[in-house]
Amino acid sequence: MSAPATLLDKLWSAHEIRRAADGTSLLWVDRHLVHEGSHHAFGALRARGLPVAEPGLTFGVVDHYAPTRHRDRIEDASIRVMIDRLEANTAEHGVRLFGLNDPRQGIVHVLGPEQGLTLPGLLITCGDSHTSTHGAFGALAFGIGATQVAHVLATQTVWQAKPRAMRLVFEGKAGPAVGAKDMALHWIARLGTSGATGHAVEYAGPAVRALSMEGRMTLCNLSIEGGARFGMVAPDETTFAYVQGRPYAPKAADWDRALEDWAALTTDAGAHFHAEARFDMAEVAPTVTWGTTPEQALPIDATLPDPARLTGPQAEAVRDAMDYMGLVPGRPLAGTPVDQVFLGSCTNARIEDLRAAAAVLKGRKAKVPGTVSPGSMLIKAQAEQEGLDRIFIEAGLDWVGAGCSMCVGMNGDLVAAGKRCASSTNRNFRGRQGKGARTHLMSPVMVAAAAVTGTLTDARPLLEGRV
Amino acid sequence: MAGWTRHQGQAVALPRANVDTDQLIPARFMSASRAEGYGRFLLHDLREGDPDFPLDRHPQASILVAGENFGCGSSREAAVYALVDAGFRVVVAPSFADIFAGNAVNNGLLTVATDQARAILAVLGDGTLSGTADLAAGTLRIGDFDIALTLPEAVREKLINGWDDIDLTRAHSGEIRNFRDRRKSDHPWAFPST
Ligand code: SF4
Repeated sequence: MSAPATLLDKLWSAHEIRRAADGTSLLWVDRHLVHEGSHHAFGALRARGLPVAEPGLTFGVVDHYAPTRHRDRIEDASIRVMIDRLEANTAEHGVRLFGLNDPRQGIVHVLGPEQGLTLPGLLITCGDSHTSTHGAFGALAFGIGATQVAHVLATQTVWQAKPRAMRLVFEGKAGPAVGAKDMALHWIARLGTSGATGHAVEYAGPAVRALSMEGRMTLCNLSIEGGARFGMVAPDETTFAYVQGRPYAPKAADWDRALEDWAALTTDAGAHFHAEARFDMAEVAPTVTWGTTPEQALPIDATLPDPARLTGPQAEAVRDAMDYMGLVPGRPLAGTPVDQVFLGSCTNARIEDLRAAAAVLKGRKAKVPGTVSPGSMLIKAQAEQEGLDRIFIEAGLDWVGAGCSMCVGMNGDLVAAGKRCASSTNRNFRGRQGKGARTHLMSPVMVAAAAVTGTLTDARPLLEGRV
Repeated sequence: MAGWTRHQGQAVALPRANVDTDQLIPARFMSASRAEGYGRFLLHDLREGDPDFPLDRHPQASILVAGENFGCGSSREAAVYALVDAGFRVVVAPSFADIFAGNAVNNGLLTVATDQARAILAVLGDGTLSGTADLAAGTLRIGDFDIALTLPEAVREKLINGWDDIDLTRAHSGEIRNFRDRRKSDHPWAFPST
């Protein structure tokens, strides 16, 4: 018998074509997803006169620059040109595009799973660091830079050094209003933004098993914020039930063969992990970031740190972040007034996220303006069928189209300088949502709670009797 | 991209940890064409309104010394373009984010992860030190600091020759084709037909 293997080992060896003398592997890519940012890579391909090696395994999506309002007339020429370029590049190379007016259009990491393009056991690359999202299906999925995108386009392969295996185990059961976003912010706050650098994270334990696919995607999505290029969850019945029947999922006899194959995608008992950490769900509260990196996160009932009690570079970093965020050291985090809210992004804009936020918002009014941008147009349609759109609109929030929107602001959906936004996104870096914007990351229920109170606030009392 | 073997230049300090790619190049500049040059976007929003910003005091610098977890955040290779187009050939830090480090190699930018970065930052202060990186000898010298480069051979060759991997990989096209055929017969669902 061979030595016990991790899920990472199994996925890696299934895709390894060869290994170079220095240990770097040449890996086969099953799915390559491209968005507007691929123009440098298509340009490189053109400069060398090369075709796309596997147009049938390459899929284009308009998301980063997708307007969420007035799609029929894009006034900003620099945005128009980014979308036109992707349309032209995919058309030229015979690559299927989920374009701006496609009813299936959405954020690449939402659309892939929704269409069944994302499957257990596949290797998936995309020129976007949150590609780790797809690992929720037990896939080997990772973000790559433009030079690598060009390489995948030209060869359908990628050179990559195998990361070290790391396991994060979540024990126990989630408390009320606690979900995958809180689990992610919790581990990143504990281990730091480079806590998993060089590693592929496998999430395990009863609290991970209990998560829906939506929750697992949120958890894997945020792996990169802790430094891990890969995040993964071994597939199980929850995974198979989600995948079955999706447009690109295997059918009939292929489905049965696939299921047999996928059942083996687990970490063997006794397999070695280079690093492991355990977390107790009893300690995971609704969590909110206060600073300018995702590790600067606290339970909502905590008080802000005080740089006067710290020393050296740590004190400096805290002071710097507090300054940018316009916060007072030592004060309670809850009660901080916000100027607006945003519910969207590949982290938290799936149907379950919208339902969770709607549970808080139903019959209430938002005290501050805000935007709700579903992860895809299919989710938008489903939410409208369920009447969630009415809840958002009656609360006073804008219900708009799908795209990256205010997660990154490339489409012009920006937070103004000095404004504070309660956001369901993934990055609170300086200027991420717009120059001078102040971003607090949190779960969809916590965004909804911030909307109805106009402050950072604990969602738990607002949910009582509602879920 | 042109390769290089030896680089001599001025080192400058950016004494910050977690310099993320949104700092290195804010998203709003990313629709620009590379031909226009990305150097002017480098650390744009941090520099703006700060006449004392280290990079502006020493515009000729080509070696950047920074705090830990340099380049964290998105996969945007434009963060590397901004550094390269601004004249940088070497970045030294206690640690780098994985995707950034990979992108750097592909653009002729040497990243050197070393604990000595902290000590170099302290000596640099607001000034500069002269530095020499020698890929053939595997050494980096900044002021009085000597750092041994521990580069995988493939990375070293790529930097020296300015190679991109496409040619290297295409030399294995037979192997790749065989792998593809095997994958298709064993895992037909990995090749969607819809
Ligand atoms: S929603 Fe944000 S994080 Fe997700 S793909 Fe778009 S820009 Fe990237």
